[in-house]
Amino acid sequence: MAQVLSPVPGTFYTQAAPGEPLYKQPGDAVAQGDTIGLIEVMKTFIEVKAENAGTFNGYKVENGAAINAGEPLAELED
Amino acid sequence: MSLKVIQPGLSTSIQDLGRPGYFHLGIPIGGAMDRFALRVANMLVGNPEGAAGLEVVFMGPTIEFERDALVAVTGADLPPKVDGVAQEGWTAFEVKAGQTLSFDFLKSGARAYVAIGGGIDTPPALGSRSTYPIGALGGVDGRNIQAGDVIPLGEADTIEAGLNVPENLRRLPGKPTELRVLPGLYWHRLTPAAQEGFFADDWSVALEADRMGYRFKGGKPLEFVEREQPFGAGADPSNIVDGCYSYGSIQVPGGLEPIVLHRDAVSGGGYFTLGAIISADMDLIGQLPPHTPVKFRKVDMDEALAARAARKKMLAEVRTHLG
Repeated sequence: MAQVLSPVPGTFYTQAAPGEPLYKQPGDAVAQGDTIGLIEVMKTFIEVKAENAGTFNGYKVENGAAINAGEPLAELED
Repeated sequence: MSLKVIQPGLSTSIQDLGRPGYFHLGIPIGGAMDRFALRVANMLVGNPEGAAGLEVVFMGPTIEFERDALVAVTGADLPPKVDGVAQEGWTAFEVKAGQTLSFDFLKSGARAYVAIGGGIDTPPALGSRSTYPIGALGGVDGRNIQAGDVIPLGEADTIEAGLNVPENLRRLPGKPTELRVLPGLYWHRLTPAAQEGFFADDWSVALEADRMGYRFKGGKPLEFVEREQPFGAGADPSNIVDGCYSYGSIQVPGGLEPIVLHRDAVSGGGYFTLGAIISADMDLIGQLPPHTPVKFRKVDMDEALAARAARKKMLAEVRTHLG
């Protein structure tokens, strides 16, 4: 099990915009570099990318959650 | 001899203590948001306190060194690593030519300051190397650092690792953070209930917080004393005809979300300012990540000046400690 950690503090989004589909659903294949979420901070949006390939196991925080740097955002299975 | 930027981080800029003297022309004072941290980082590596270093926000860069250098990282707890080996914050450590400086995840605070022996030697603009991106002044071509940048370093005098600042001489905000406010010129524009509410309410740092202004949310909207708006002031009660803004002044557009103007702020405009954060607390604002709970506390001029004296004393103690 690999965790995707937040690079920065901010607000985490599981979708690109309200009404859009989630970036990943449990069971989805994840390739290295796939976007799994979005973080808003300092008037910018940062895409969170998977560092490893695997199978998406689910988000660890909810859409719109306040997050800290280093916090687990999602889990991947190898 | 220089630094090579492999990965720039989120928003890493070259900063010194800024370019005071041009604010009346609309050019902000600029410089490190946490000036104490930059001064201390420079002292640890034997630089003049106002030498240019890196201001790193939330996420560290990856930097390759082309010469041996003494490095210190102060301010936020953003643990530095040399070729992957963890180093202490608030402590001078060596980086050898060919080694790479990188960082672990941010643990607390918001901005780390990286001083390098000899200082960063990019060309000054209006007397400062501080980066002001909107005016394209200072830094590397007037912007934040980017991957591939080669950043020149000045000549360093001595190489002596291990100098350290004890914890009681470091400064990071408490939780919840208290920011002290001196009510100002337009304080009378708020109703007594709004004046009280501003200090009673719980605020938190908004996502729209940067070098220009720190925005806070979560408190009740502020109510204004009714008046016929003067000619040229606009219809919104938070508007004035126009006024000067000071470093630290607090504007509240629409009475909704207070914005504390910081190092890269504009120098004037048409919003009322209810007062200013006292100078002793401005460094702390630079260390607040988003969502940090904040309380504003009202002080008078005597308390503001006493706090300023206390900060100067702390800086003097660091100077004495580091000899």
